[in-house]
Amino acid sequence: MKVLVAVKRVIDYNVKIRVKADHSDVDLTNVKMAMNPFCEIAVEEAVRLKEKGVASEIVAVTVGPKAAQEQLRTALALGADRAIHVETDERVESLTVAKLLKGVVDEEKPDLVILGKQAIDTDNNQTGQMLAALTDMGQGTFASEVAFGEGVEAGEVRVTREIDGGLQTVALKLPAVVTTDLRLNEPRYAKLPDIMKAKKKPLETKTPEALGVAVSSGLTLLKVETPAERKGGVKVGSVDELIDKLKNEAKVL
Amino acid sequence: MSILVLAEHHNGQLAAGTAHVVGAARAIGGDIDLLVAGENVGGVAEAAARLDGVARVRVADNPAYAHQLPEPLADLLVALADEYSHVLAAASTEGKNVLPRLAALKDVSQISEILGVESADTFTRPIYAGNAIATVQSSDPLKVITVRTTAFDAVSEGGAASIEALDYIADSARSRFIGEELAQSERPELGGARVVISGGRGMGNGDNFKLLDGIADKLGAAVGASRAAVDAGFVPNDMQVGQTGKIVAPDLYIAVGISGAIQHLAGMKDSKVIVAINKDDDAPIFQVADYGLVGDLFEILPELEQKL
Repeated sequence: MKVLVAVKRVIDYNVKIRVKADHSDVDLTNVKMAMNPFCEIAVEEAVRLKEKGVASEIVAVTVGPKAAQEQLRTALALGADRAIHVETDERVESLTVAKLLKGVVDEEKPDLVILGKQAIDTDNNQTGQMLAALTDMGQGTFASEVAFGEGVEAGEVRVTREIDGGLQTVALKLPAVVTTDLRLNEPRYAKLPDIMKAKKKPLETKTPEALGVAVSSGLTLLKVETPAERKGGVKVGSVDELIDKLKNEAKVL
Repeated sequence: MSILVLAEHHNGQLAAGTAHVVGAARAIGGDIDLLVAGENVGGVAEAAARLDGVARVRVADNPAYAHQLPEPLADLLVALADEYSHVLAAASTEGKNVLPRLAALKDVSQISEILGVESADTFTRPIYAGNAIATVQSSDPLKVITVRTTAFDAVSEGGAASIEALDYIADSARSRFIGEELAQSERPELGGARVVISGGRGMGNGDNFKLLDGIADKLGAAVGASRAAVDAGFVPNDMQVGQTGKIVAPDLYIAVGISGAIQHLAGMKDSKVIVAINKDDDAPIFQVADYGLVGDLFEILPELEQKL
């Protein structure tokens, strides 16, 4: 079974972001970048499927600027077999990414596509669902468990999903799209020898034009602002004072 | 302009978030229809018809929609979408699951988790886990939008919308419902709770989280945790509040033994009132807390529970 994993280069989750002075966007110059945490979980799941003998090949794909190849090398170091870089310097919306990934899916014909449930920069939580729609596949979003084999019918994947009230389990006909939630797994760290080996693994570059996709968007980003600052309040001296303030001042008890 | 709101319901009950989404639809303006899709949803449709501002409730009552699987639901929405300028749903796991699928099938962008309505085509939404607010304008013919329900007031009841049956049946061959395991907790769900009490690394171990339970029970609160507490193995990660966990905005958030890293603040700083209990006077959490209490949580928590 071939697994396609999509990864995104984003600001490292520990970085305190700065909004540009002209409010056009968040300032990305000289900021530490990393693989989106949910994408790390997607790569880990693909690697585990390969270790279980379910997956035979893992292809990592990213859409983004030249520098995003760093994240593809990370995916290769973690266990992906080869990588595809769809290179564009444009701001790409989820719909465009989904269309570009559809182009890759049409060429690669994977049995399973794994993505993170959302990128921690745009926080859209859209791409996996959109890709599933465009490729007419079933979708297992916010997955906390992905199962093949015993108890699962051939030609299907069983996905346990995190929903607001608990968990829901669905069976999807393959090929299918799965997006990862935090609970799915604990991603491993890449070891130095694997990082060295990853440099020799194949990495193919494609353009949106070659995939027949126009990078356009129905959305215009008008401005980006810093949210209202929260002011620190008062320190209270005792539990009694705290309860009194919550009851009579804040009126939340 | 006309707006279609996807009603959310569980176990025959209309979900509370739907009234907030109708609130957002009213801020946009125009005729508002509600879509109730499911199996045996007559009661839900009646409750939906009572929401103020709703013109019409359209009901698709069929086993194909029984478990709100996104594949048939998106197909149903596609069949209706041409009649509308906007389709809205709550930014719940359900709305997030279905609406992007509709957007892609209609070849339009989706605007996720809006916080405000500037005009019928311009909206504000949080990016970078709420550390920046983006204003986006859509030129798409159809606006597909999910709504952060805590950012909009719920409409009241008292309306009397007409109810109309739909006979469109979507094909659902791509996926099958297997089962559901719903949390049996008496406590409210973390994302929608009015009060949240969270523990961090300062709790010391998983057993000590019991100290939060009594207080949570008295306040009708949900219990959360910081990433540090999850990474240390104290509690499972579905309790995690923060950038990669759940985003909450309760009326009252009580942070216990949590230093207040950016990562955690991102998940709770829109709470109305924040209380911090920490022994470190310099912890960054005190910079955002409305009320701070410096001291040993192992003494403070039992006292708080007893005095509530």
